[in-house]
Amino acid sequence: MTDDKDVLRDVWFGRIPTCFTLYQDEITEREAEPYYLLLPRVSYLTLVTDKVKKHFQKVMRQEDISEIWFEYEGTPLKWHYPIGLLFDLLASSSALPWNITVHFKSFPEKDLLHCPSKDVIEAHFMSCVKEADALKHKSQVINEMQKKDHKQLWMGLQNDRFDQFWAINRKLMEYPAEENGFRYIPFRIYQTTTERPFIQKLFRPVSTDGQLHTLGDLLKEVCPSAVAPEVPNTVLPVEAKIEPTFEPSRIAGGRKASLAVKCWASQGPSRVFIARKKFHWFRTKLKQQVFRAGVQKFQL
Amino acid sequence: MPSSALWAVDLFGRVFTLSTAGQHWEPCRDAQLEFKRVSAARDCCWGIACDHRVYVLVGASDVPIRCQEEAYENQRWNPMGGFCEALLPSDRWPWSDVSGLQQRPLDGVALPSPHWEWESDWHVDENFGGEPTEKGGWTYAIDFPATYTRDKKWNSCVRRRRWIRYRRYKSQDTWAKIPSEDDPQQLPDPFSDLSVGGWEVTDEPVGRLSVWAVTLQGKVWYRENVSHHNPEGSSWSLVDTPGDAVQISCGPHDLLWVTLWEGQALVRKGINRNNPKGSSWSTVEPPTSENGILHVSTGVCVVWAVTKDRKVWFRRGVNSHNPCGTSWIEMFGEMMMVNVGLNEQVWGISCVDRALYFRQGVTQSELSGKTWKVIVASREGDRSLSSSSFGLLSAGCFFGNEVRGTAESCGPGDMDASWEVPGPASSPAGVHGKESKKGPSHATANFPEATDLSSLTLLPLGLEEPDSADCHALWAWVSGGGCAVEAHTTLKWFTTQSGLCPSVQTLSLSITPAQTATWRKQIFQQLTERTKRELENFQHYEQAVEQSVWVKTGALQWWCDWKPHKWMDVHVALEQLTGHDGAQDSILFIYYVVHEEKKVTALVPVFSEAKHSFALYTPERTRQRWPVRLAAATEQDMSDWLTLLNLSCCESRRVHGRPSPQAIWSVTCKGDVFVSEPDPDLEGPDRRLPCDQMFWRQIGGHLRVVEANSRGVVWGIGYDHTAWVYTGGYGGGCFQGLASSTSNVFTQWDVKCVHIYENQRWNPVTGYTSRGLPTDRYMWSDATGLQECTKASMKPPSLQWTWVSDWFVDFSVPGGTDPEGWQYASDFPASYHKYKTMKDFVRRRCWARKCKLVTSGPWLEVTSVALRDVSIIPESPGAHGSGLNIALWAISDKGDVLCRLGVSELNPEGFSWMHVGTDQPFTSVSIGACYQVWAVARDGSAFYRSSVSPSRPNGDCWYHIPPPPKQRLKQVSVGHTSVFALDENGNLWYRQGVTPSHPQGDSWEHVSNNVRHVSVGPLDQVWGDGDGGWTLPLGAGTWGVWFPLWSSPPPLLSPWTLCHEEGEGTGFSRSLFQVWVIADKVQGSHSLSRGTVCRRTGVQSLEPKGQGWDYGIGGGWDHLSIRASATRAPVSPSQKPASKQNGQPPSVAGGPWETPGPVCC
Repeated sequence: MTDDKDVLRDVWFGRIPTCFTLYQDEITEREAEPYYLLLPRVSYLTLVTDKVKKHFQKVMRQEDISEIWFEYEGTPLKWHYPIGLLFDLLASSSALPWNITVHFKSFPEKDLLHCPSKDVIEAHFMSCVKEADALKHKSQVINEMQKKDHKQLWMGLQNDRFDQFWAINRKLMEYPAEENGFRYIPFRIYQTTTERPFIQKLFRPVSTDGQLHTLGDLLKEVCPSAVAPEVPNTVLPVEAKIEPTFEPSRIAGGRKASLAVKCWASQGPSRVFIARKKFHWFRTKLKQQVFRAGVQKFQL
Repeated sequence: MPSSALWAVDLFGRVFTLSTAGQHWEPCRDAQLEFKRVSAARDCCWGIACDHRVYVLVGASDVPIRCQEEAYENQRWNPMGGFCEALLPSDRWPWSDVSGLQQRPLDGVALPSPHWEWESDWHVDENFGGEPTEKGGWTYAIDFPATYTRDKKWNSCVRRRRWIRYRRYKSQDTWAKIPSEDDPQQLPDPFSDLSVGGWEVTDEPVGRLSVWAVTLQGKVWYRENVSHHNPEGSSWSLVDTPGDAVQISCGPHDLLWVTLWEGQALVRKGINRNNPKGSSWSTVEPPTSENGILHVSTGVCVVWAVTKDRKVWFRRGVNSHNPCGTSWIEMFGEMMMVNVGLNEQVWGISCVDRALYFRQGVTQSELSGKTWKVIVASREGDRSLSSSSFGLLSAGCFFGNEVRGTAESCGPGDMDASWEVPGPASSPAGVHGKESKKGPSHATANFPEATDLSSLTLLPLGLEEPDSADCHALWAWVSGGGCAVEAHTTLKWFTTQSGLCPSVQTLSLSITPAQTATWRKQIFQQLTERTKRELENFQHYEQAVEQSVWVKTGALQWWCDWKPHKWMDVHVALEQLTGHDGAQDSILFIYYVVHEEKKVTALVPVFSEAKHSFALYTPERTRQRWPVRLAAATEQDMSDWLTLLNLSCCESRRVHGRPSPQAIWSVTCKGDVFVSEPDPDLEGPDRRLPCDQMFWRQIGGHLRVVEANSRGVVWGIGYDHTAWVYTGGYGGGCFQGLASSTSNVFTQWDVKCVHIYENQRWNPVTGYTSRGLPTDRYMWSDATGLQECTKASMKPPSLQWTWVSDWFVDFSVPGGTDPEGWQYASDFPASYHKYKTMKDFVRRRCWARKCKLVTSGPWLEVTSVALRDVSIIPESPGAHGSGLNIALWAISDKGDVLCRLGVSELNPEGFSWMHVGTDQPFTSVSIGACYQVWAVARDGSAFYRSSVSPSRPNGDCWYHIPPPPKQRLKQVSVGHTSVFALDENGNLWYRQGVTPSHPQGDSWEHVSNNVRHVSVGPLDQVWGDGDGGWTLPLGAGTWGVWFPLWSSPPPLLSPWTLCHEEGEGTGFSRSLFQVWVIADKVQGSHSLSRGTVCRRTGVQSLEPKGQGWDYGIGGGWDHLSIRASATRAPVSPSQKPASKQNGQPPSVAGGPWETPGPVCC
């Protein structure tokens, strides 16, 4: 689907309206106004919140400021998760805008990684890209790239330049015509409820009998609990970057589905989110167990 | 790749073909005959049927195979009766051949075989060396063996004229029996094996084949004179062998192996272009003495063999110089037979189950391949002919077992003897008929629904019965001589697919299935919904990341504008700004000190050996003929920059998607395709964008010729004469990903030859040697002799090209060569001739090597006929939506004139070709807006085709139009009314006096010199290509060599002249004559540019020749088509004053042609 510019653009330009409020216990010189921002889904919190930081620092004393961190309904937000993932994982059922609390004190050492500079984000991002390429192409593509290409990829993300990013990312998403796909599909399924924060397995795009795997196949194999036995609609409650297969296949509990997707984790931080409304259906189904899955690029 | 077919014969003698693009065996159309052997070439297939006679099947083609028969009528003048047939006793026959030695009365000329028919009656040829003769076609001379002239002089004592008649091969697409010899002594006894090959030995005559056959008595025969124009050949001639031959195999080139009864193999030596039959035999011993060779098959430089114990062997070290090879290598597998096809690909028939196997992994570097893979394509025959797979299956098994039992000791040659029970022709059909009659009754009894459904072959519903039968198809023979499988070809032969296979390469499907799939729509819809939900009410929120200026920087090399001219390292930066309106603008900065370039008009990749460089044109630079030249370190780097710059240029100009139907198309000498949009804001003749400001955008693909039509039909021709039709996509090639359309971009390829010259000098001691004088050119050089080019050092033109052949001597150079390919001259920079004289001290010969480029672009191959030139009717806007088919004429690579039927917007490819007969090969054709077809023949004269109309697409007859005096025309272009032609010396001529009642016109009038190519638009615009090649020297000398230098001075023309004034308000519009050329030698401020796009200015109905030239981009442009460019704004009388006020002449009024000038129809 790398050639489907419409979908790529919609994924890239996904935005989450967010309201940042300063934590009530933070000491301020005057009252801190909330700050409203459209966050790119595919970016990282600490990468795009310079404005937030500046806004709140204006009302605070210099000595009260240490490293900024964010929290939503009591959960510290991991900056190394893409924004879209955080939102879908924690807040997709709540009303918009997304209310995030900003902290400058008492950094939750056991929950969060420090993010002293943007170099750290870059290093993290690049390592994800590399890990994904290791699965996709035995790292051949990423290793053949030059330093400046890596830089362009990162700058594209940082500056929110779709063309700049995809000019390079395109190469990472290609595979030789004679092959049916990547070696393995890089993916991660994130969940909130279990002790395992995410599921990750080796998964080939093509089954042994030559059939292209679909997103449904992947879920059935690695996360059977995510596949409902009888889904009234054909859409899966899964966030995934998708790629078409040419033949419709059976997914979701034996029902012939018109939606056939081959699932592969995003290279870089772009994802397609399908059918959020299905979450609600699941929530009722699973009672308390709110299940949300997200196929994500690799995180460290 | 064009699809080609694998031929095979099953145990029942039925012939099947399997297309490389398909996955079903299709029964040969002429199913009456049963065959023992087939041997296929590209366009034909030879076979031995059960009657032991040889048959040839020539594939159907839109271009008929036709031959000219000629006879001369000779007369002598005598005072009594003037010229009459009473000749002197010493004279030649009154009716003779050209030499006069053979008598040749018209009614004595017979058809060579029943497979030919006469096309027309005898008629007199009135064309004499390009000049029309007077009525009657007589040419005069003093005496008979003399030179003839058109004109009768006082001393013309004899005269003669040429009668011609055409015969046409009529047995296409059926098995034509090769007539047996009349002389019973000469009649070869029944044939037992046959092999076709040798098409790579020589190209002369066209389509020459070596056909070898073995008779039951073990004699080897060679079929003489088999070629495209004589598909049956003329006679059998016996080739003596030292032993009794059993089987024979002839490779595409000069390999010929024969197996003997005793188990050895014979190898033919001395096969070359002058002696395709070879001269002597040498013997090769079998791998093991106890098991002799049963079967051999040869390729270009491989030999495969099967021994009596069914083991398969590969012969190591076989090539032209050593056709015997060095040693045998045993291969895995046991086969009945193996066959080597094109590209050394190998097929085999297993002796276990008689299934057909394909050798996988055969490449030029690994000729022996990797594994055998079974071909499981299903047979159409099982479904439609005799649906009873069960009946066949049981019969086949039974048959197979029996054969295997008896064939234990003897070769496949004898095996066929065991089932030659049915006699010739009728009885096999009887046997077959019985079976097939029995079959359906069985099937219908058991499976009433099976027969119904099996005719609906594509239904994937259950019913696997045909497939189960296919697994057991029993093959007897296979031939891959016509089957082009390349290393990267993906074949669908190895899996049984039950229908539902998306046919990707169909033009009618403009969107790929992925984009139409419901799930894709769903996803896209959900994404849209999500965006709406999350953003709709929050648009006023601030963006987290401000849209910044994006800058791509990098280091390139820049060819310094001033002295010292050399490559300088520079930093470049491309800045993309997004304006308030969302429009992007880009600036490319090149920093050396401070230097800035804006408004790029075209980006041209310029490949040179040392640098990956490209040229950047701006209006100013175009005028100066001095583009900015930049070089990147690697090809990848360059293509990145090109893609990006191209994208930026297109975005800032808002050029998106497919080019409009009115676009101007052009091709550079590198084969890159460029498109320029006519400016919609500036309509009308004189408000046209000056040429130097036209923006040229590259479209993927590789072409030599491109022609367009205002209804969006675009055709192209590659260097290898493959015809391509535009699919409506864009991008491809180096513009991958975002700059490319998602569909309609397909694989494209092209093949061309790289030429180098071997030079030798004569010395009295050793004769010609490669030891030259110190002042001489390199002994291995390019055509000019300035560059050293050795076989080893020569590289393909760019990294995109790869070699696909070895070096071979090119015999087709102009002027001809001696049998070894040498051309002689007295000294090096001289004219060469093909024979050696006393004064010739130097000689040279041309070596060529084929290279192939595989790229992608919005082009689909038009199969079947290779083309040299194409022309599509230019349509004036009034003709829009007329619904008529679009007239398209073409010249095939053999010089046949063709007319395409069924071309329309919806089906730009058309349906089929209609052949238009000519008396000689043609080189160029052009059709005008009023269906005037003009063409140029190989002798340099022009022809006008009369009465061409939509209802009569091929017209009526040709009118011969002599070329300008002492010139040979090479190209013609016809606009709405005007006719322009180009001669071989680069002169552009305008045809005077063309009127509807006299469409042939009166005379040629000289317009300009130094023109490479001319294109006259639908409104009679003329564009052209100045000749010139890249004078923009990328390191001078590199580019100078591409085009011959012309000795005449460049035309001194003012840079660009605006035409206008006069003609306003007079009530009639001026027809917008547009003539564009590609001009040679255009003077710029820095250099002389060759191959420059120019527009003829001041072309009006009253002055159709025009006044001057407006110079555009160049050089290096090779071909141009403005024939689609018909933008013309209708100007109502009320608008006229306005344009007058602006000081502009009124744009040409739309509507009917009220011009006083020539109007057709």
